[in-house]
Amino acid sequence: MSVLERQQEAGHAIRSPVINDFSLVVATANGTGSQTANLTLLRSFFKLGIPVHGKNIFPSNIQGLPTWYHIRVSHEGYIARRPSEILVAFNPATAHDDVQELPSGGVCIYSADLKNLPQRNDLIYYRVPVGELIAGIDVPVKRKPYIANMAYVGVVAWMLEVPLEVVEEALGAQFGYRQKLVESNQQVVDRAYAWAAENLSKQDPFRVEPMNKTEGLIVMTGNEAGALGAVFGGASVAAWYPITPSTSFMDALREYLPKLRKDDQGKPTYTIIQAEDELAAAGMLLGAGWAGARAVTSTSGPGISLMAEFVSYGYFTEVPAVIWDIQRVGPSTGLPTRTSQGDIAFAYTLGHGDTKHPILLPSSIEECFEFGWKSLDLAEQLQTPVFVLSDLDLGMNNWMGRPFEYPDQPMQRGKVLSAEQLQAMGGFARYKDVDGDGIPYRTLPGTDHPLAAYFNRGSGHNEQAQYSERAEDWLNNMARIARKFETARDLVPAPATELNPSARVGIIAFGTTRYAIEEARDRLAHRLPTSLLRLRALPINQAVRDFVAAHERVYVIELNRGGQMHGILQNELPEFAGRLRSIAYLDGMPLTARWVEDRLLKEEESSL
Amino acid sequence: MENPTPPSTDRAQVIKTNAIGLSKKDYDGAPSTLCKGCGHNSIASQIVQVGFELNLRAHEIIKLSGIGCSSKSPAYFLGMSHGFNALHGRMPSVSTGALIANHTLRAIGVSGDGDTGSIGMGQFKHLMRRNVRMVYIVENNGVYGLTKGQFSATAEEGLQLKYAGVNEFPQVDLCMEAIIAGCGFVARSFAGDAKQVRELLKAALSHRGTAVLDIISPCVAFNNEDDSPKSYGYGTKHEKPLHELGFIPYAEEISIEPMEPGEFRTVRLHDGSHISLRNLDSGYDPTHKLAALERLQRAQDTREFITGLIYYNPDRPSLAEVEELDTPLAQLSAEQLRPSKAALDQFLQSYR
Ligand SMILES: Cc1ncc(C[n+]2csc(CCOP(=O)(O)OP(=O)(O)O)c2C)c(N)n1
Ligand code: SF4
Ligand SMILES: [Mg+2]
Repeated sequence: MSVLERQQEAGHAIRSPVINDFSLVVATANGTGSQTANLTLLRSFFKLGIPVHGKNIFPSNIQGLPTWYHIRVSHEGYIARRPSEILVAFNPATAHDDVQELPSGGVCIYSADLKNLPQRNDLIYYRVPVGELIAGIDVPVKRKPYIANMAYVGVVAWMLEVPLEVVEEALGAQFGYRQKLVESNQQVVDRAYAWAAENLSKQDPFRVEPMNKTEGLIVMTGNEAGALGAVFGGASVAAWYPITPSTSFMDALREYLPKLRKDDQGKPTYTIIQAEDELAAAGMLLGAGWAGARAVTSTSGPGISLMAEFVSYGYFTEVPAVIWDIQRVGPSTGLPTRTSQGDIAFAYTLGHGDTKHPILLPSSIEECFEFGWKSLDLAEQLQTPVFVLSDLDLGMNNWMGRPFEYPDQPMQRGKVLSAEQLQAMGGFARYKDVDGDGIPYRTLPGTDHPLAAYFNRGSGHNEQAQYSERAEDWLNNMARIARKFETARDLVPAPATELNPSARVGIIAFGTTRYAIEEARDRLAHRLPTSLLRLRALPINQAVRDFVAAHERVYVIELNRGGQMHGILQNELPEFAGRLRSIAYLDGMPLTARWVEDRLLKEEESSL
Repeated sequence: MENPTPPSTDRAQVIKTNAIGLSKKDYDGAPSTLCKGCGHNSIASQIVQVGFELNLRAHEIIKLSGIGCSSKSPAYFLGMSHGFNALHGRMPSVSTGALIANHTLRAIGVSGDGDTGSIGMGQFKHLMRRNVRMVYIVENNGVYGLTKGQFSATAEEGLQLKYAGVNEFPQVDLCMEAIIAGCGFVARSFAGDAKQVRELLKAALSHRGTAVLDIISPCVAFNNEDDSPKSYGYGTKHEKPLHELGFIPYAEEISIEPMEPGEFRTVRLHDGSHISLRNLDSGYDPTHKLAALERLQRAQDTREFITGLIYYNPDRPSLAEVEELDTPLAQLSAEQLRPSKAALDQFLQSYR
């Protein structure tokens, strides 16, 4: 039950304070610099020690380019999307609908410039005279709209009782402590706060109180965290082509690498190339991986399709590469600024001729960082392209997390033979399974030994990498690569399981749906106890089989229409195909706990 | 050579060896599976010869290709070097990646006119834009040999072939494309002209960036009717060398013979070696971009092909130079690749 529901039950008139538990949405027009204002609010809550998460919802091509920034504040630590009780209405183009969407008892903070705002008598309105508040502030004309947004920051701070010094600190962090910018913005915040204190009377129940639940935590986007992981994973070649929502991954890499990865002489230990398209980016990755670099790219669905031929080739010729897919919705421009888990099935078997790829599935910034370095290890250990499937929600939004743990194992470079080893072994066969794990040995170009060379070819080949069309060679080679995939099962990150001994129902999920699901499970704790297995990678291992075996029904919840992961799991666990149920949904928005709760109850009712 | 064997040391003295003690055979690859008489085979033989003559060390070379009959040929030369037979039209991106990973390698790439001029045109152009240091050979026969005789984009307008019919579209001139894309070493030759192919190859290997060799290489199966401009018969009759070429490797600095003023031009290559050109076309200047394009257009109009170094400009830095690469990225140690724990903790401070 949301706070408001509880409020309403308690009666409209009596409104006891609601502390550290609300969802706030800021509606602005794109390009007005509202991101700084919104992040200032987010950081203020964070600095007060209250769990918080922000989601930027920005349709890509509606006229006026509206954006909505959702901030969820929750003393219990729930950070899934939830319909907002508090609206900051600063966009004339959407204000009408925005106000209509507020639940009864909600709050509307609106710019005095808005005309014909719907008047609902079940809402609380606070008017902000923006023009008056920014008059006389000394900033260049082009920065005026930016500081205008600070007016709502001041009023929200007043309304929620956020101390001004906390806002100031948050602002400072936002501007990288560039004093002049901080000052002019702070001036507007202060004025708005003072103006509100004098002219408005607080009628709503919402406010914040300091707590200590964010102590020591960091705030970062998933793309930044993944890029930082790649930096510590020793990524040395990055090739890419811009596409929302993956671009900020490369932007972060371009920012971090020069700061963290220069050698003693100040020379870069990396190269980043903006390729002519994703196909070329994939080719550069394979060329670099073959020659011994640690290569990474980031893209989204449409880019993945262009990479298909190379990924297939990389699987078959066994060349390491790491591909981040920050998933968005649909083909071509689909819904390019909306989140989804729609590329699972496509990526898992991308290619022609029996391909299957390891896929890492991060759900948090901690996992983005961890998989950022681990994926590079896995690619070289397994000698194959490895996918990391993130999504727009995780990649582009700011999330709290624990400071990242430094890699807990030395860098894994896989089975690469040096000239000395070759000498001792008296040669090698590129595609021979020496160790029984399906993973062969390789040499790098430049290895100074007469037996080092081999020919990397997409054509059928035997153990010596020689051209071959013999049936046996094909069979043996493909069987070995399948063996390698078996080895991968226990090399990739294991699932995270929360077993509930009284649960007969299990849930399997992955990625960012976890937040809505975790909240829903708590809400259902008494009515429908569940266990949760959060997949952190494909292929699955024994733990997944055991989990399914231990429950009567297992719901696979995912953010797509067709139940792609459900299909993969049914395939992998044919003996349990009947007990695996699909809950798949995609409308472009992250799931809400309420939706998950309702769906689970409905499914359970119909299965009784 | 598919099954590499180390050079034997106890060979009879009669076998001629080069300065690093290798025989020509050590530069061989697997036996060719291409048609007998295919121009591509002649080019592979010249690469073997050049490897021997330049004392190339196998491990310092990589060979790359796309897909096509032409692209098969890296299997037929320098068997002791690593090879990468990529995707159709995608050799450039793979080369770019490999040569960023290890910029000290010297790359010899072989492509076809379909591989380069059709499916791979985009990557071809971007490779030259970036000036990735490699020798890029196009074995140009005007057809798709491997898929049995369809026209490629370099086929002459109006050309009639048994299988493909009449080509209704204007030809793509890969040398022009290369010059326009910013390539600083653009040459054309004819597979039948072994000496010129060798000399151009040697010079190309010394170039600082991408060096394109567009070598007319007749397909005896699908495009060798004498009136076809990419046939042997036509080639030997209509080839018009721009200049005679002598290549002097830096290692064995030879004093250049006295030259007649006006007839010769000596060009110093980036690595210190020289290439000397005999201007047959009076006044032809291979360092003049517009003149080169004009000359190519004239040759197209008169249906002859000029051979030799058509355009030369060593001024642009290679991609590796632009990226300031030092120790090859592929050879960096884990310590060089992974910053310290302190660096991580410090970095995260600004995200608190
Ligand atoms: C993506 C893709 N499309 C089509 C093919 C089929 N294919 C192989 S070689 C070739 C044409 C090769 O022509 P060219 O590069 O001129 O080489 P040649 O055989 O003439 O030497 C084609 C179309 C392929 N291998 N890959
Ligand atoms: S088909 Fe033509 S290009 Fe191919 S090998 Fe035969 S002659 Fe050469
Ligand atoms: Mg051809």
